[in-house]
Amino acid sequence: MNEVLTGLSGGFGVALMPLNLLLVLIGCFAGTLIGALPGIGPINGVAILLPIAYSMGLPPESALILLAGIYYGAEYGGRISSILLNVPGDAGAVMTTLDGNPMAKRGEAGRALSISAVASFVGGTIAVILMSLFGPFLAKFALTFTPADYVALMVFAFASLSSLVGKNQVKTLMGAAIGLMLATVGIDANTGVPRYTGGIPDILAGFDFLVVVIGFFGMAELIHLVEQQVSGKLKLLPIGKSFVTWKDLMQIRWTMLRSSIIGFIIGVLPGVGASVASAVTYGTEMRMAGEDRKKFGTGDPRGLAAPEAGNNAAAGGAMVPMLTLGIPGSGTTAILLGALMLFNVTPGPMMFEQRPEIAWGLIASMYIGNLALLVINLPLVGLFARMLTIPQKYLSPLIAVLAFIGVYSVVGNPFDLLLIIGFGIFGWILRKLEFSLAPIILGFVLGHLFEDNLRRALSISRGDWSILISSWESIGLYVMAVLIVILPVLVSYRNKRKA
Amino acid sequence: MKKLFAASVVMASCFFGSAHAADIKKPECIAPAKPGGGFDLTCRVAQGGIGDKLGNPMQVSFMPGGIGAVAITLFNTTRTDDPNAIVAFSSGSLLNIATGKYGEWTENDVRFLATVGADFGAVIVRADSEFKTLDDLMNKVKADESSLAIGAGGSVGSQDWMKAALLLKAVDRDPRKMIYVAYDGGGDALTGLLGGSIDVYTGDIGEMTAHLETGQLRVLAVMSPDRLPAPFADIPTTKELGYDAEWTIIRGFYMGKNVSDDAYDKWVAAFKEAYGSEEFAKIQHDKGLLPLNIAGKDLDDNVKERIQKLRAIAKEAGLIQ
Repeated sequence: MNEVLTGLSGGFGVALMPLNLLLVLIGCFAGTLIGALPGIGPINGVAILLPIAYSMGLPPESALILLAGIYYGAEYGGRISSILLNVPGDAGAVMTTLDGNPMAKRGEAGRALSISAVASFVGGTIAVILMSLFGPFLAKFALTFTPADYVALMVFAFASLSSLVGKNQVKTLMGAAIGLMLATVGIDANTGVPRYTGGIPDILAGFDFLVVVIGFFGMAELIHLVEQQVSGKLKLLPIGKSFVTWKDLMQIRWTMLRSSIIGFIIGVLPGVGASVASAVTYGTEMRMAGEDRKKFGTGDPRGLAAPEAGNNAAAGGAMVPMLTLGIPGSGTTAILLGALMLFNVTPGPMMFEQRPEIAWGLIASMYIGNLALLVINLPLVGLFARMLTIPQKYLSPLIAVLAFIGVYSVVGNPFDLLLIIGFGIFGWILRKLEFSLAPIILGFVLGHLFEDNLRRALSISRGDWSILISSWESIGLYVMAVLIVILPVLVSYRNKRKA
Repeated sequence: MKKLFAASVVMASCFFGSAHAADIKKPECIAPAKPGGGFDLTCRVAQGGIGDKLGNPMQVSFMPGGIGAVAITLFNTTRTDDPNAIVAFSSGSLLNIATGKYGEWTENDVRFLATVGADFGAVIVRADSEFKTLDDLMNKVKADESSLAIGAGGSVGSQDWMKAALLLKAVDRDPRKMIYVAYDGGGDALTGLLGGSIDVYTGDIGEMTAHLETGQLRVLAVMSPDRLPAPFADIPTTKELGYDAEWTIIRGFYMGKNVSDDAYDKWVAAFKEAYGSEEFAKIQHDKGLLPLNIAGKDLDDNVKERIQKLRAIAKEAGLIQ
């Protein structure tokens, strides 16, 4: 414990130097703006700005602090377009649309933005605290997580989503199945055989995640808006001056705490990122809400706070394996890892001994960055909310242009622009049929992870299925998955009998 | 909507479509992948290493899609004679050609130009593994090829799988009976190795620099023809240990099939000049590559021979009929 405190105080010494303080503020602000653009999330933000940071000739710890600031800033910013436009900026922000956007539609954009800012702050800060205290221990735990355990985790994630979102459970399941089917496209890693690629070389490597999100959410939403505009059904959104209240905070305090811890643990596991964390936390909160469950999806503050605390905590958690083991836990941390190597810093246990100013400076800057984000974001809530007053005829083309540029700048293949249009039309048709689109995205993300890990596990066991229940972690997760499905049924049955 | 799309297509073609000028007026290096990977790195070495030999600054552009298939298709349909552009390739691309992943396009549809360096396969285990030497490992494989789990970052039929298959073939065991676990990239595979899910990781030596001093891993052998320079000088090669399993990851460039000899020779000359310079050696080293400098006809022959070998191995391993 002493080590941690000494390290941290040294770290704050580095992070509080005027230059580094300025850089973390600039990074957070720029990150928020980058994250707010549909299609450009933390990965692209950091990837685009890495060469710039390198060429500025900053000392390594300062450059990293700048990049890390952009990383959390973009995680924060992703919620803005989710709430205001129903277009998630990145994968982790998909669940944020479910309750955030209905609030904005009620004229509570300011309240939604400020609640999510607070939830993000709590999630981010709890993650940093847990990281400083238990980082190395947790990294070792993450290593013991085998492919079979990941399968159990995915089953748990599916279970916590099973009755989620959408009034019609059959349609929710069908949506998830569509997502799963999309996830099977591309070269199969275990046999090397191209699946469902139809001879099109552009999709040999599968659909890019960004393309699926922007297509199903961004484009579908746009077509929907244009349709409403043409048919004259478009309602002007009420813009009330609303803000987070003390009552809101009291209502969501336990939600934020639970979601932060769950999000952090999921974030620590390599390969499982903010999207899984936000899905699991949302599902968990919905289950915990009991009879209030029906309010989720209609603009409930808890449904907004859970994924926001969860995805920001996961972003912090993903730093743990990178800093302590030199193994990136997510796409963004892989780029940060590349940045460390660029500055001739070797991440891993040695870094805390050899270059403490970098390791602890980075951690201290996360404390400061989270605070900075809260301070920057709360006053700007009114400004962001006013985005909705932009007339629809300007806003729709603007979103379209941003989405196209976002996808093209990241993926760089014109074929993907056709794909987002195709997915957009498909998504719009599904919307007309009253499908909820979130299960499709989640099916796509979880499907990839589920299949990859299931087949890894079965390769390791030579096809013996018992490997799936061979560890306590797995069994625990399966038990939780069963409980999460049957508990609400049991509770409501008992309540009925009492009544 | 339509207009918007048209606009972005126009933007896209401005980005890609360099004019067919007679000289290397607008040197362009195409990385057929997203930014940040090995192809990006290959282009960066060219940009820094031969940039000043071309007269004009070199631009790097990205053309992801189908593990390089999109780029090779483009250079066989519309840009077959573009004198300005070079496209990055690696042994992985050669393997894709050999196994027919690029459809109708083969090694005879492009002109191989020059290399920027190499990396080599490595056989890696945990520090506390029962395998202290490569012999320990190979004896176990000989006794039963499916007694241990080998994993790496690529799918079955990829370079990473090929390295494992070659090891099995070196002791006359059937690669098809191997327990191979396909991870999503080297980082994931390393996690699997450290966590005990797999017993052996067939990775690359370049990525091991960062892990050599941590003491968590042991490199049993490197799959290079000769011993490598420091910090890898203490690691034996598969060849000296008596196993015929070599895997060189070659990194370089190709051009369109119909590029004039004049343009091709200019590029070759620029590369050959750079090979002699200290800056080039430094950039090569800084990017984690080991020296392997071949340009022009020599490379074209070298690559075609490699692909023939790969075809033979792929056929034996049951990857192609």
